[in-house]
Amino acid sequence: MVALGTALAIILAIANKKLFVREDPRIDEVDEMLPQAQCGACGEPGCRPFAEAVVAGRKNPSDCTVNTPEGNAQIAEYLGVDMKPKEKVVARLACAGGTHVAYTRAKYEGMKSCQAAATVAGGGKGCSWGCLGLADCAEVCDFDAIFMDEHGLPIVVEDKCTACNDCVVVCPKDLFSLHPVSHKLFVACKSLAEGDDALAECEVACTGCEKCAVDAPPGLIEIKNNLAVINYELYDQIDVDRTPIERCPTGAIVWIDSKLGTTRSSVGKEAQRSHRNEPLPLG
Amino acid sequence: MGLLDFFIRKTFPHGIHPPEYKSITQHKKTLRLPFPERVILPLAQHIGAPAIPIVHKGQYVVRGEVIAEPAENALSVPIHASVSGSVREIDLMPGPKGSKVMSIVIDTDPSSPQIPVSGEYQDYTRMTPEQIINEVKQTGLVGLGGAGFPSYAKMLLPKDRSIHTIIVNGCECEPFLTTDHRIMLEKVDDLIRGIQIAMKAVSAERSIIGIEDNKLEVLEAISPRLPADGRIQVEAVETKYPQGAEKMLVKSLLGVEIPSRGLPSEIGLAVFNVATLAEMGRLLPNRQGLVERIITVTGDDLAKPGNYVVPVGTPLQDILDQADFTGQEAEIILGGPMMGLPVASLETPVTKSTGGVLILDQHAYKPKDILPCIKCSLCLQACPINLNPSELGLLADKRRYDVMEEQYHLNDCFECGACSYVCPSNIPLVQYFKIAKTLNRERHIQNG
Repeated sequence: MVALGTALAIILAIANKKLFVREDPRIDEVDEMLPQAQCGACGEPGCRPFAEAVVAGRKNPSDCTVNTPEGNAQIAEYLGVDMKPKEKVVARLACAGGTHVAYTRAKYEGMKSCQAAATVAGGGKGCSWGCLGLADCAEVCDFDAIFMDEHGLPIVVEDKCTACNDCVVVCPKDLFSLHPVSHKLFVACKSLAEGDDALAECEVACTGCEKCAVDAPPGLIEIKNNLAVINYELYDQIDVDRTPIERCPTGAIVWIDSKLGTTRSSVGKEAQRSHRNEPLPLG
Repeated sequence: MGLLDFFIRKTFPHGIHPPEYKSITQHKKTLRLPFPERVILPLAQHIGAPAIPIVHKGQYVVRGEVIAEPAENALSVPIHASVSGSVREIDLMPGPKGSKVMSIVIDTDPSSPQIPVSGEYQDYTRMTPEQIINEVKQTGLVGLGGAGFPSYAKMLLPKDRSIHTIIVNGCECEPFLTTDHRIMLEKVDDLIRGIQIAMKAVSAERSIIGIEDNKLEVLEAISPRLPADGRIQVEAVETKYPQGAEKMLVKSLLGVEIPSRGLPSEIGLAVFNVATLAEMGRLLPNRQGLVERIITVTGDDLAKPGNYVVPVGTPLQDILDQADFTGQEAEIILGGPMMGLPVASLETPVTKSTGGVLILDQHAYKPKDILPCIKCSLCLQACPINLNPSELGLLADKRRYDVMEEQYHLNDCFECGACSYVCPSNIPLVQYFKIAKTLNRERHIQNG
């Protein structure tokens, strides 16, 4: 037994010398400086693979969206690489139909999960495309960046959002998308119903009236299937102000400013109704 | 049924015995309801590609006329106008699954006699199998039992397969529903003709009608009217849920299993619902299209529950009005309580595959707290296909949908709901599995 133990020990000792993998010690150091959220927002499977990628030069420290800018600057300084300043990206919800403006046609009493509700009759909201309000996104968010407001709509806290994509994946209605904060013009609706049909279900629905498309710089907004769609590739190249939202009759197209919050058209009659506080009656 | 039969009655292992509630409507003769003011015909009432509309807004259509043609080179069937009237619009309307779907809306012409158009009489005994299959496609017939699989496609076989036996599913194992029961009593001739047509189309040698033994009066009604050559038989099987699932019925009647993820045709069988074959026997000789179906309207707070013939596309509101719904609030389910889908809008139409409208108030599911799994194995004893719902449920909780599919045969689950029914911890197992399947499908589409 002693002989066997000694023999194996010798084999291990040799293997330790011969098969030693020399790892860049900086990987450990960088890994320690990372927030260890393991969220995957950078595109790597976790924090350590990201540290390896940064040390190897495949990623820039600023690709970590969870760390503070100072923290990322510290990593850049430690490695002696340039910080590529990166714009903050956040998740945005393409629905504004809380229970105070969107009609609920049937009471849903099943599992408290949007994915479950989506499989049975779509949960009871009149609008087929809108937010079900059962908080799958708030539950999946690792950073407490999403909370449900009093009207049953998820609110994204921009400061906490790391653009990790989890809410985008979990939403059965595909309402979330990731946008840099400079994308201030945003259509907060996904309804493909036409004009009055859309309004019958939700007071802040996009009716496809084309007013925003007419007021916007040419080609920026297009109406596809009764829904305004913004061409963000063009948006990044030109200056856009809040003109397109001003004549929106329902307030479906919004202007999101990190400091001022979400603002709607001040002209649209229906847009004003969204200041109501009580939920609409069932039916 | 003698005592001996009772002990050796044909059945499958596992399953459950929910209360039946069939006595509400099973002795009520099928009646025709007045025509609704408007019908809503979704373009996708079948599994496969949606039909393509060939009518325009304002056009006058006659009952039985083709208004949407099957998509080319795809699994698809035509849709016929279920009432005479003018096309109001072709637009997104609430569908039976909740989301809005493209539908043709027809305003009923109140002055029309509503006689369906029919073609020249054709004698199926002189037709080739190919001709029969093509004519079945033209009738727009789909599986009326609930799945909505186009009937013609069940008869189209790859060259290396043949069908020796047609299984006719008259189990109707869902509680409350009695449409198949009434069809087997009232439409025996149509049913037998339908079976003969199907047998001819696939060159089958024999056919077995499987009936649950809570409907022995049906067995007694059909037996003397079967053709003398003995190629069509009737067999009683144990009353147990889900006896009407095709895999279970085949196991009960013949003792063989349909392979996992496979089709009955792999072992030389084809399974049809009695309602489908009865319609086939009625429509095909007259070259008519499927324009109406029998539904069971049953449940709580109804003054007139019953079995009713309604045009396909009748909105639920009309049906509730006709059956004198007296309540204020209720859960409305299309289909049976075990596998049916609740609806969120009274504009939702009855489609080709809707077997019943169930109104639940005092019987309705009241949400209960979900408790942890205690590994009691009741769900394992209930699952008719020997899956492990308990383990699957624990995996679903951790969102390990890939493991569920690859190691625990999630895709064999046909969502009968027996596991959720027996779970003492109120775990919504089958609901978890439905979510898992949906998300797996999405993942596969994304990964190509």
